Amino acid sequence: MPTINRQFAKYSFVLLAGIILALIFGCTNDHPQSPFDAVGPVSESQALIFYIISYAGIVVFVIVMALLAYFTFKYRKRSENEGDPEQIHGNSTFEIAWTVIPALLLIAVAVPTINSLWDTTVSPEPDALVVRVTGNQWWFRFDIPELGVVTANELHIPVGEVINIELDSKDVIHSFWVPKLAGKVDMIPNNENTMWFQSNEEGIFYGQCAEFCGESHALMRFKVVVESRKEFDAWVASQLLDAIKPSDPLSQQGHDLFMSSEAGCYACHTIRGSQKAYGEVGPELTHFASRLHMLSGIMDNTHENLISWLTDPDEVKPGNIMSKNASVYNDPDKVLSDPEITALAAYLRSLK
Amino acid sequence: MTTLLIPMIKRPLHPTGIWNWITTIDHKKIGLLYGATAFINFLIGGIEAILIRAQLSGSNADIITPEVYNQLFTMHGTTMIFLAIMPLSAAFFNYLIPLQIGARDVAFPRLNAFSYWVFLAGTIILHSSWLFGSAPNSGWFSYAPLTSVAYNPGHGMDFWIVGLQVLGIASLAASFNFIVTIINMRAPGMTLMRMPLFTWMTFITAILLVLAFPVITVALIELMFDRSFGTNFFFAPAGADPVLWQHLFWVFGHPEVYILILPAMGIVSEILPTFSKKPLFGYSTVILAGAIIAFMGWLVWSHHMFTVGLGPIPNSVFTITTMAIAIPTGIKIFNWIFTMWKGSITFSTPMLYAIGFIVTFTIGGISGVMHAMSSSDAQQQDTYFVVAHFHYVLFGGAMMGIFGGLYYWFPKFSGRMFSEKLGKVQFFLLFIGQNITFFPMHFVGMDGMPRRIYTYSGEMGWTALNALETSGSILVVISVLLFLHNIVKSWRSGEEAPGDPWDARTLEWSISSPPPEYNFEVIPEVHTVDEWWARKRGLLGEQSPSVGSNEKGEIHLPQPSFWPLVSAIGIFIGGYGLIYSYPVAIVGLVIMMVGVYSWSFEPVNDPD
Repeated sequence: MPTINRQFAKYSFVLLAGIILALIFGCTNDHPQSPFDAVGPVSESQALIFYIISYAGIVVFVIVMALLAYFTFKYRKRSENEGDPEQIHGNSTFEIAWTVIPALLLIAVAVPTINSLWDTTVSPEPDALVVRVTGNQWWFRFDIPELGVVTANELHIPVGEVINIELDSKDVIHSFWVPKLAGKVDMIPNNENTMWFQSNEEGIFYGQCAEFCGESHALMRFKVVVESRKEFDAWVASQLLDAIKPSDPLSQQGHDLFMSSEAGCYACHTIRGSQKAYGEVGPELTHFASRLHMLSGIMDNTHENLISWLTDPDEVKPGNIMSKNASVYNDPDKVLSDPEITALAAYLRSLK
Repeated sequence: MTTLLIPMIKRPLHPTGIWNWITTIDHKKIGLLYGATAFINFLIGGIEAILIRAQLSGSNADIITPEVYNQLFTMHGTTMIFLAIMPLSAAFFNYLIPLQIGARDVAFPRLNAFSYWVFLAGTIILHSSWLFGSAPNSGWFSYAPLTSVAYNPGHGMDFWIVGLQVLGIASLAASFNFIVTIINMRAPGMTLMRMPLFTWMTFITAILLVLAFPVITVALIELMFDRSFGTNFFFAPAGADPVLWQHLFWVFGHPEVYILILPAMGIVSEILPTFSKKPLFGYSTVILAGAIIAFMGWLVWSHHMFTVGLGPIPNSVFTITTMAIAIPTGIKIFNWIFTMWKGSITFSTPMLYAIGFIVTFTIGGISGVMHAMSSSDAQQQDTYFVVAHFHYVLFGGAMMGIFGGLYYWFPKFSGRMFSEKLGKVQFFLLFIGQNITFFPMHFVGMDGMPRRIYTYSGEMGWTALNALETSGSILVVISVLLFLHNIVKSWRSGEEAPGDPWDARTLEWSISSPPPEYNFEVIPEVHTVDEWWARKRGLLGEQSPSVGSNEKGEIHLPQPSFWPLVSAIGIFIGGYGLIYSYPVAIVGLVIMMVGVYSWSFEPVNDPD
């Protein structure tokens, strides 16, 4: 069957060429969550190991496929009258060779891997800034205990400094992952983890929960804003301030609604400086309007997005606790009117 | 008591029609039942996969709700692993092991029927969760504490727990049966080191199953107690460490991977020698490599947990053990390739599948080593790179091997030849389709796409590759439909198959296609590996070329029985009882007891 044979050989080579080209050009850097665009020592070390094993793998694959293609072509049955081939049962030299050579190759790649494992796991500066991250269905809480900062879904860190991360979860298992900064580490209730990273570039880096954590797992994202030490200090100072008091009638109306027992927002959210809003079930909102994104990074922080969220949260983030537990969402008699939602949005948007 | 129970149902001595299948204890019929049921499950799992691919074909797609999406990927994984690949392998074990070792049936024919009916019960329980509106939704490895009632109300997880427990009973019963069959029922002269490779891989797989399933059974019982009786094995708010579930699950889960792939390796090790007209290169090395893989499968489970934060020392240890598994796997690949060396290769459809298996399985093997590197794996873990890897191993490996086996033994199963032309077209469609579906997943994963997300935004740069993957999956669908068409049509009206259409090497080819109910008229005496080849080529001197002699001796075959089915029905009812109502569970238990009791006192043969 020579046609099939040629087709097969041809296809193998096309596939091979495709793999090599794809590996060289496929993983380009214009993806916000590509770990190849590494900007810090942890992700750089991990990317290097990936490249080492990838190229070793490609070499092995090419050799194996070349042998396979050559044998299928060379030893195809050429005529119906061909007699039985020699009944070869094995060859010890060959078999020892393909046991020992791969073993040596594996030892060669194991050494840098384990080196890198230590470098990427153990923080080089145990006394550096600590950020505590707590996973919740489906958002991230960030604490910087030594600075007193508490925020949600948008972490600011200074460029060029080691950051030590402590990971915990309030409910199910989540995983903390900012591909350009570091590989992921899981956030497990009753089983705290630590990791570290450092960014050598300023910018906004995307992160996402990487362990399946329930209905809206896909919508559990966050951002890391890397800025100069000066900008970072300014951000910290602004975050430490109490919330701005409402300055116009509409946001005053929103504020009153927020603190009212009818809406009950205060029970789950913190707005520092207010009389009663110290709830910790939902994200901290003291400086909500200073964040670029809202709802664990799934949308820009705009008036329209906020209105759609407050109108029907279950549509925006299915299964969330607020639409399940807040009486304004689970009790048809208490539903917020459109003017009330506008007022709430105006208040939240005023919390710079 | 016995005299009371047994006459209740009259033994079906010569059943006909559908009762012939319901009461059968013939390993060949049970094999066909396994194969048909498992293939239907494969189609159901495929429909689930297509719905997943439809939802992911574009960014922010709105085809399926997140809740249904989570149920779909959970059931896709559970279905393909427990309801499709494992029982498809079991279909081959059932049909072929007695034929390959020169026996008339398995050691415990009624237990064999029981295994099938319990497997069917587990299948129905799991699929029926869709009809009850609550399919399991926590992924096939169902990490605690997401599985606790607090985070997962409804009965979905209960269906999953009970379904897997029931399937575990079926798998354990079948595995013990095959271990005993292979040890005790071999024809005279068939020493262990003369057994066909497929029999060897079945033997190893059955041992793995017997050792692995108790671990998941314990975990599932604990989870069931957590959900039903308020214990706190995995419930974090009460102080449990949920990592315990992960250890228990993966101590089972990694050997499970080899349970899925070793039978396919066995199939490929049969096809390659036949179509190369040469014995398997390094027969004993391939067996030893299989045994080493199976043993080392127990030493690598934590590589599924590299991001759990076990620390650099455990992660280093599991990096090294996992990389070491590449060595016996590589040995197998080279031995397969060198089986073709200096051979005389015919490219029939099964051979194309065996060669395709080597290509795709090698890709899956290499990406497996990439995952073993715990440092860089922190970037790949739980991304589409993993999804690519295990689809290359389980679709490109296990399913390619199974498709090859289905073609290879189709003449033996059906007594008919399939259409070679359709088979080849089908192979190339499947091969190209699966590569278009799964290869881009490597890149989309390394572009940062996590697995198990029902949606993604357009700015992430994942849209084009996802659309390509979805288009590839359509090719796979077309190819599977073509396969079904070929099989159904050939079974009805294909050319009649001779006993040995491929000029093959092992004993199952020495008898007619399909084999008579008693398999071998005279139990053959075995002198060498590839006994049938040696006889055909006159390599054994004075031996007759056919295995059976003409004098028809006393052939002892066990008679059909209702009791395996009755026992399985008890388990089936009891399963629903555990989910919905304990009194019903007791009814199920009683039915099962009646079945097992009556079965125990039923003689192998009743007087005609």
